[in-house]
Amino acid sequence: MSDAGGTRTIEVDYIARVEGEGALYIRTEGDRVEDCQLRIFEPPRFFEGLLRGRAYTEAPDITARICGICPIAYIMSASHAMEDVAGVRVGGALRELRRLIYCGEWIESHVLHIYMLHLPDFLGYPDAVTLAKDRPETVRRALRLKKAGNSLMRCIGGREVHPVNLRVGGFYRAPSRAELDALVPELEWALGAALETVALVQTLDFPDFEADYEFMALRHPEEYPFNEGRLCSTGGVDVPVSRYDEVLSEAHLAHTTALQSRNAEGQPVMMGPMARYALNRDRLTPRARRAADDAGLGEACRNPFRSIVVRAVEVVFALEEALRIIRAYEPPADACVPVGPTAGTGYGATEAPRGICYHRYRTDGDGIIRDAKIVAPTSVNQARIEADLRALVEPNLALDDTALQALCEQAIRNYDPCISCSTHFLDLRLERR
Amino acid sequence: MNEPSRPRLAVWKFASCDGCQLSLLDCEDELLAVADAVEIAYFPEASSRMAEGPYDLSLVEGSVTTAHDAERIREIRRQSRFLVTIGACATAGGIQALRNFVDVDGFIQAVYAHPDYIRTLATSTPISDHVRVDFELRGCPIDKGQLIEVISAFVNDRRPNVATHSVCEECKRAGHVCVLVAHGTPCLGPVTQAGCGALCPGYHRGCYGCFGPKEAPNAPALSARLAALGMSSPELVRVYRTFNANADAFREESARHE
Repeated sequence: MSDAGGTRTIEVDYIARVEGEGALYIRTEGDRVEDCQLRIFEPPRFFEGLLRGRAYTEAPDITARICGICPIAYIMSASHAMEDVAGVRVGGALRELRRLIYCGEWIESHVLHIYMLHLPDFLGYPDAVTLAKDRPETVRRALRLKKAGNSLMRCIGGREVHPVNLRVGGFYRAPSRAELDALVPELEWALGAALETVALVQTLDFPDFEADYEFMALRHPEEYPFNEGRLCSTGGVDVPVSRYDEVLSEAHLAHTTALQSRNAEGQPVMMGPMARYALNRDRLTPRARRAADDAGLGEACRNPFRSIVVRAVEVVFALEEALRIIRAYEPPADACVPVGPTAGTGYGATEAPRGICYHRYRTDGDGIIRDAKIVAPTSVNQARIEADLRALVEPNLALDDTALQALCEQAIRNYDPCISCSTHFLDLRLERR
Repeated sequence: MNEPSRPRLAVWKFASCDGCQLSLLDCEDELLAVADAVEIAYFPEASSRMAEGPYDLSLVEGSVTTAHDAERIREIRRQSRFLVTIGACATAGGIQALRNFVDVDGFIQAVYAHPDYIRTLATSTPISDHVRVDFELRGCPIDKGQLIEVISAFVNDRRPNVATHSVCEECKRAGHVCVLVAHGTPCLGPVTQAGCGALCPGYHRGCYGCFGPKEAPNAPALSARLAALGMSSPELVRVYRTFNANADAFREESARHE
């Protein structure tokens, strides 16, 4: 740190409590932010390159390995894209089962973030384990709630990380009624715990900050979105997902191994819980909407620090939706709709916990992938995170370095960034050993 | 009050999806007990407290894909009494090791904006190619029960009790109908190490080898059976080339069908 009026840099070499490897660099001159970079140094893994030459049926399992936190998002977007190529629609109980396991992923991912990654910032702890020494009941509730989400992943998918039971066209085996019914008591407990979670997080001390976001999310005629809907934004976008590439374009910048997405005007957009809420509030269950109202979220929430409240509301929603699906469940006659190899291009976009996960594939007549494009929500949000940081730092320059750095890290965690996901490249430059 | 000295645990990340280290946080019933038994000294995904080494046990996720990471793992080895790799990336190179099979000169025909911004090696390699590894835990992802067993074993100075036999033995014990014999479903169970609990056959799906090759597998015999079921040579190449493509037995068997 230097004298007021001089140059000052904030550097965080390794941002903790995010998934993946990122760093932060901010340079100020006097009272202005001169440079602000969320540096993603996660080594690229080249999924889009390695998918070429693989079979269309392999895309869900391979792309799941982009992210261990949200494998369902990748499996779902890849499956929908391949079904789009073939012109097949998966409906009925299979569609409901897909929503059900997506509920599980939202619950486990959101609860992980709320209690273990984000809450420690607000309460002044380094982590949830340390928090457990002072507030054991809070952390035990968190772990049990997270486990309830994972119980859906295990039951329907086989395991929490990289579940094995999903495929293009549906599932390998549909769960029985008894298997799903056995989950109900714990999910009912979890619904109460989720409402308590909303009550807890709404009382946190939120920094006074708002931004004029363009929110972007899927919107469906009847449902709060998981797998289906049109690509919509508060900036007036309303197109089918097949037109995603017209709405957002990616740029390659020096400081990050993630491509950054911007809209047609070159501006960043925000995806994730706050965007879904702003665009789909009317699609929440009455209880989830009431929880949002009681928490004072209003029609839209523009303070990113309060995203923790929106996540908690979405956990309430996901649990109610899971219970609704289980209670109405009739096992399908077949676990899967046949989807054969087809030449063509297909699009899939689904709502990962952090926002829209977009896949586009071109396959040949043998079903071999010739071209793949995948955009993770964090690579879209990255430009928006940097914009938040710029706007946040200038009015807070009076803070000492430690406090300013902590505020910046908290602002990054507002987005629950999944840095492992966001790193993706079509091809690579090699350094030979 | 001075806390008694506990073994110091560190969790490290290389090229990976984070799923294996997430498995530790997915131990919802055991996490607080683990945190009592060991000091979680370095685990950036879960804590902003990052304590200096040395560490008694380092869990390493991910593969080595950059020159910087090849250096970093050496330093981690120096800081660690025991070093255990967790998962297919750290143990075999992971799905990103598919780059190892590509003609590098063809691959480098980059079509994107600024290839000069990227620094990466031509290969994705397991940790054991770079430093001595005390134990390798398999799986894509690892099984969290096996993870707890490994942590418990190392902090108590004993070898982990982790089977090296095939998925078939687990599958029989689970009472599943053999999908290969009964339904003609291609299955890598006979050549794949146990540990998952024979998950896929339990869902009427063939094993896809995410725990990597078992001890002394007979992959050529399985390939002959899979070919008889109708798998083409390109399909046989692909079936061995997924998350453990760079593991010796799978790499060699896939090459036989090219």
